[in-house]
Amino acid sequence: MTTGAHPDETVVGLEVHTELRTVTKLFCGCPNRFGDAPNTNVCPVCLGLPGSLPVLNRQAVELAMAIGAALGCEVRPSSFHRKNYFYPDMPKDYQISQYDEPINVNGRLALPDGTVVGIERAHLEEDTGKSTHVGSSGRIHGADRSLVDYNRAGVPLVEIVSAPDLRSAAGARAYVAELRGILVATGASDGRMEEGSLRIDANVSVRAAGGPLGTRCEIKNLNSLRSLQRAVEFEAERQSQLLAEGGTVVQETRHWDENAGSTVTMRSKEEAYDYRYFPEPDLLPLAPDDAWRDRVAAALPPMPAARRAALLALLDDPATSQGDQVASVVDLDLDRFVTTATSRGVPASLAVARVANELAAIEGAGDLDADNVATLLELEDRGELSATQAKAVLADLAATGEDPRELARRRGYERLEVGALDALLDELIAQHPSEWARYVEGDERLSQFFVGLVMRATSGKADGKAVVAGLAARRSTWSEGLGDLGAQRRPD
Amino acid sequence: MTTAVELAAEVRGGVTTARSATEAALRAVAEQDGAVHAFLHVDADGALRAADRVDAMVADGRDPGPLAGVPVALKDNLCTRDMPTTAASRILEGWTPPYAATVVDRLVAAGAVPVGKTNLDEFAMGSSTENSGYGPTRNPHDTTRVPGGSSGGSAAAVAAGMVPIGLGSDTGGSIRQPAAFCGVVGVKPTYGMVSRYGLIAFASSLDQIGPLASTVEDAAVCLEVIAGHDPMDSTSLREAPPSVVAAVDDGVDGRRVGLVRELVDGADRDVVEAVERAAAALEAAGATVVERSVPELRLGLSAYYLIAPSEASSNLARYDGVRYGLRVDAEDVTAMNVATRTKGFGDEVKRRIMLGTYALSAGYYDAYYGQALRVRTLVARAFASAYADLDVLLGATTPTTAFALGAKTADPMAMYLSDVFTIPSNLSGEAAIAVPFGAGADGLPIGVQLLGPARAEPRLFAAARVLEAAA
Repeated sequence: MTTGAHPDETVVGLEVHTELRTVTKLFCGCPNRFGDAPNTNVCPVCLGLPGSLPVLNRQAVELAMAIGAALGCEVRPSSFHRKNYFYPDMPKDYQISQYDEPINVNGRLALPDGTVVGIERAHLEEDTGKSTHVGSSGRIHGADRSLVDYNRAGVPLVEIVSAPDLRSAAGARAYVAELRGILVATGASDGRMEEGSLRIDANVSVRAAGGPLGTRCEIKNLNSLRSLQRAVEFEAERQSQLLAEGGTVVQETRHWDENAGSTVTMRSKEEAYDYRYFPEPDLLPLAPDDAWRDRVAAALPPMPAARRAALLALLDDPATSQGDQVASVVDLDLDRFVTTATSRGVPASLAVARVANELAAIEGAGDLDADNVATLLELEDRGELSATQAKAVLADLAATGEDPRELARRRGYERLEVGALDALLDELIAQHPSEWARYVEGDERLSQFFVGLVMRATSGKADGKAVVAGLAARRSTWSEGLGDLGAQRRPD
Repeated sequence: MTTAVELAAEVRGGVTTARSATEAALRAVAEQDGAVHAFLHVDADGALRAADRVDAMVADGRDPGPLAGVPVALKDNLCTRDMPTTAASRILEGWTPPYAATVVDRLVAAGAVPVGKTNLDEFAMGSSTENSGYGPTRNPHDTTRVPGGSSGGSAAAVAAGMVPIGLGSDTGGSIRQPAAFCGVVGVKPTYGMVSRYGLIAFASSLDQIGPLASTVEDAAVCLEVIAGHDPMDSTSLREAPPSVVAAVDDGVDGRRVGLVRELVDGADRDVVEAVERAAAALEAAGATVVERSVPELRLGLSAYYLIAPSEASSNLARYDGVRYGLRVDAEDVTAMNVATRTKGFGDEVKRRIMLGTYALSAGYYDAYYGQALRVRTLVARAFASAYADLDVLLGATTPTTAFALGAKTADPMAMYLSDVFTIPSNLSGEAAIAVPFGAGADGLPIGVQLLGPARAEPRLFAAARVLEAAA
């Protein structure tokens, strides 16, 4: 449906709000904890009671600086402003935020596909409380009544503002996924989008490829990667069609309706708030010294991109088809299970595959002992456990945390002694000469007949692969022997 | 009347009891406050309980502190756990905070006995205490006159002898101007010397809590009790405050005093004469007095009336009917906010919220708020250059003696002008004291003003003590 003149390029810039994983709130000593009973983690400061004053949380500043360092930002002296507007879940009816002097500016984020997205700023601010509107609409207009929980009021946030460098809904999604990984790696965020730890506003416009930027609309409060992608897709298509039909895009703030799968006008540019920003007189300017900044930067753990590269380097084939598995391992923060196993000689391909698929499927996998998992992978790699057996033992390991060798033994998976298998095979071959003869003559199906016999005789303890290998070895010896014998016996 | 220092000494020495001092204060309030209306709330039971705790400590041989058994009055914009706190606004009628201001805790820890909460201009916005949502306070020297404001209740309570010490807050002169009108000592400490935690904010970058007292020494003792770093106030100074009690009798020998033309120009003749007599008294005590012009101070008033309302418009946003205080129900949240604020705020508060909202608006910020901040810097620099060769500046506190109730209520600009001499110290964040010095032709008290740089309170108290002795 696109034509040459059609505005077919989507331009997206994102504002991602991440709650910081501090012990206490940004300006008071209340616990920063999700899920507690409403209005229990509150005090005069975060309720904005008359006379109360904010005191800046050092840990929040440090996490903000860590985010800046991880995004390659310039970490600068900064200050706080008040952003004034009335809303019932905002106790002071202003939000303390950073305005013209944010703590982090001019960073960049490289996506796995190589796209580099500019980071304009990443600044500190406080969260609002949480409103629940009771009534048909679920929004403040038309609600019968509204309930406010101030536990979230004053929780520290960092708002990360990207440049309009993204060119598709999928790209926007990839950006947030990568950013989320970085935020989790720095320890700044738990990355739980379903708990609102990460919230996204998307600025979307369309243009003819390479042309001047079009008028943008801001879509507020996208709370999942899926919503983000759908909302950007919808909005780009809406604007595109509007322009194709000769209309114009009006700059406005829009709301994403998840159920309808569409964006709707929230407020126009004319209705936009005048936030009347001015310097927050209750707080001093924030000027982290070089030593502090250096300390925070030096303490940064490796970021997801570096960790993916490190795992890929362990694989024999760097252009491996296991790229997605590696990404998933890093995304789930399970790298150490792979590296611990490979350091003990388990092939990286096996380790990556098992960690990305089997281990990742287990809830709370990250809490497992990496050495135990490595032991299990060793058993599988050496053929002492079949893939199916290994999976069963992994489930036991997740449940009990015990030594996988012991767990395998308890399931009766201990490997048969090599000598015992040999003796058993000789015995079974002797008992089934005609089946053996057909196998020797090349009927491969008979190998499964013998595997079945062995399994029955050993109650499944034998390794199927070892049985097949034993049969093959005997066949070749037997064939050679027969040849000799035959030559000898061949009647003249 | 017994001073706070004398009273505390008697209580600590077992000569008298905190209970009897408190009972005397409560009796004085009962006898006089009908005419004066200094108090919005008196907590007799709470005060007597506090007094008994002080007496019990004395009986146990423990020292209750430098204000042992001293009844104190608290401006009703200071949060108290056991008494309502309204800032004289109907919007906070009946609200009792779940916490106390740092200064209140410090006073009590020093043995003081809070007897009640005093009247003020609503949210400290005014210069006469007529803007109270609960009726005006009257000047004890002449009840047809205003006590000044906004700390008019505390000034009147001290002037009437109901209590020896009151706390006020000073944003543009709200301690010094009523002190001058009521003939008591009023101190505006260096910004950050006294914690603002628990002070209901008017203009956060200008607000500072300070004492009103009948003597310079009482004010010094009180300031020393309430001063000092508070981790709950990010703007409170980290350095230990200088001792003012030890400096009270230091005198002014060798001090260089600047009589600032801009701090007397436009004042009534008798006020100017009082300042000139004060200059002579300081010279007689060994100071050198020079006349000095600091023209930038004239700009202070206009800058103040942009900065203070701007901050106020934000500080007062929280009174929205959602969480505490007045709520006027309406069909939706926004209508409820509007109805609540329309009913709960008085005219002067609304005027300043509108002024401040306008000054901060997109497109106007730079011309108004931004420009005012630049003027503020100019004023601070002008003071700094004056202090390069002068130790103390001298001027009037107010252009006139206490005016009649109703005289300026119809003309906000005329009312604003009564703070013209006090505002510059708030803009620069520096120290200033108003000390009574003589009386006007009308027989009403005149207060002269001593100004100094940040943390220069010791030399100001010493100079104030010289004037107190010479008055």
